[in-house]
Amino acid sequence: MKQFFSNLANRYRYSLILLRQLVITDFKLRYQGSVLGYVWSLLKPLALFSILYVVFVRFLRFGVKPVPLFLGIVLWTYFAEVTMQGINSIVGRGDLLRKLNFPRYVIVLSTAFSALINLFLNMIVVGVFMVFTHTALRTEALLLPILIVELFVLAVSLAFYLSALFVRFRDLSHIWELVLQAAFYATPIMYSLNYVPAKYAKFLILNPLAQIIQDSRYVLLDPSSQTITSFYSNPAIRLVPIGLVATFAVISVMYFRRRSRFFAEEV
Amino acid sequence: MGAKSNDIAISVNNVSKNFVLPHERIDTIKSTFVQMFGSSNREVEVQHALRNISFEVKKGEFFGIVGRNGSGKSTLLKILAGIYQPSHGKVDVVGKLVPIIELGVGFNGELTGRENVYLNGALLGFSRKEMEGMYADIVEFAELEEFMDQKLKNYSSGMQVRLAFSLATRAQADILLVDEVLAVGDADFQRKCFDYFKKLKKAGKTVVFVTHDMSAVREYCGRAILIDDSRIEASGTAEEIASAYTRLFTHKVSGVSGSQSDMRWGDGQIKYTKVTASVDDASNQIIIDTTVKAMADVHEPIFGFAIKTGAGVNILGTNTKLKKMSAKSMRKGETVRHIWRLDNILGDGTFSVSAAVVADDNVTVHDWWEDASTLTIFRPEHTPYEIEPDISVERSDG
Repeated sequence: MKQFFSNLANRYRYSLILLRQLVITDFKLRYQGSVLGYVWSLLKPLALFSILYVVFVRFLRFGVKPVPLFLGIVLWTYFAEVTMQGINSIVGRGDLLRKLNFPRYVIVLSTAFSALINLFLNMIVVGVFMVFTHTALRTEALLLPILIVELFVLAVSLAFYLSALFVRFRDLSHIWELVLQAAFYATPIMYSLNYVPAKYAKFLILNPLAQIIQDSRYVLLDPSSQTITSFYSNPAIRLVPIGLVATFAVISVMYFRRRSRFFAEEV
Repeated sequence: MGAKSNDIAISVNNVSKNFVLPHERIDTIKSTFVQMFGSSNREVEVQHALRNISFEVKKGEFFGIVGRNGSGKSTLLKILAGIYQPSHGKVDVVGKLVPIIELGVGFNGELTGRENVYLNGALLGFSRKEMEGMYADIVEFAELEEFMDQKLKNYSSGMQVRLAFSLATRAQADILLVDEVLAVGDADFQRKCFDYFKKLKKAGKTVVFVTHDMSAVREYCGRAILIDDSRIEASGTAEEIASAYTRLFTHKVSGVSGSQSDMRWGDGQIKYTKVTASVDDASNQIIIDTTVKAMADVHEPIFGFAIKTGAGVNILGTNTKLKKMSAKSMRKGETVRHIWRLDNILGDGTFSVSAAVVADDNVTVHDWWEDASTLTIFRPEHTPYEIEPDISVERSDG
């Protein structure tokens, strides 16, 4: 029994050491050789923001305010980055998998954590925006970390599932690109839910990403943001997005664990 | 498992491994659809990489796994390392096991030498702090002090191997699995590897060593298994297994002759009609028997032979001029036989015998026959070296 626990502690230790080093490496390699380097991780969401802001807020008047728009983009970027990089993470490290035995999940987790660094940098920019727009910080803002954890779990779960499936079906990366594009429009990022007919908005808000983004806007920026509580009074339905995230997480982890034993042979 | 005797480090029970190889791999969804609607009986080939393998490695043992290419020994190593899962059977490992299947796994050319050291250290399970403690030693051992801030892609392959090896020797494990990493690198590097092996042996580590180098098996391993055609062909002492391995390549136990011609040239004024090489067991002498026929009148030709190792290194040879034999001219149609005898000082292995006849100017070649015959030496008792001359030893006290 004692041996069992010390073995467990050892394995956990190895995973942590490896995870840490892989995150550092990922981050170092990400902007290797580019002149602006890490600035790109800030420039990219800002550029997307500028485009969407001009087109959808100024021209088309979709009713979303600049700071909530930027916050939505930042959270979306994290999700897209983790899943797109996650999908290729196992196949991309095939060489390592075939020659070393280490916990495979560390690879997927490392992409999620290194993207988290970008998310934090971008959240600082959100903070700067808030200062400029004189947005008052409310107590509810303390709930934001919980929402980030939810986003992390959602993105990582999908990354686990996709990366394991990608080992066998190499079309998946193209399919996922399309899914992401559709999801970008199905999520209230550049438009306000107020502009969507209620019968559709009721469905859109069940999407965990929509729930996370709307809740984040609510707690951090604007108490008038519509959240899932504005649409449903039934507490069971209010929990649907979180339930979905939990379901994804369980299925993905189970699938990944089952498949990961064979990665070395199949990759 | 629990109640196993506690001097066992690895126990392998009836392990088999099959690889299912679909003739057309379903890699994309399109081909899945094609398979679904097209011919439904997809051909599948099952490759049996390992069948019913069972053995035990004791703690502190230096254990060899030998076999020809494609025999399944590397698959076995990957199963021991937990990289592959056995299709049937079970592997129990007691203690921390580190595989060294290839040097420099996980190296990234875009990172500097220093960054690669930390990354590789993490793969071996060392935290940054532990790596900081070892860093100077690792770099010094690799002799790369001035290069650590350069990107790895700018290293020569020799430098990369040195760094990788320096890292690999840091692995803290109860059990090390070593694939034929020794095959790479120059003589200096190989010496370092062997020094490392000696150190491991001294430290009482359990080492499982996969190789086809029988001299290394004899020198380092206590016990070994021979894998051939996916099964354990033999298991026993290093000596027995090395012999069994050599026998895989040997059809007869002592000298054999054949006359396969691969490389042969010359003006053909004199031609070899027969070249055989054999070992006379009674006298333990090598006998090289050659016959030539003259196709023209030739003035005082010189006859000679040479013996090469399997690796193509010439190890001995001579000719009639060096032996100061009186020269004799040949008439057209005449045949002459030369029988060369020498003490058999060769170690185990397959050697090739070349024969040549050249003109009296020692330049013009009449017939040069590379690898005219082969000679396989297999001794009941061996040392792990290329040659085994009779060595006498005296001992005196004081």
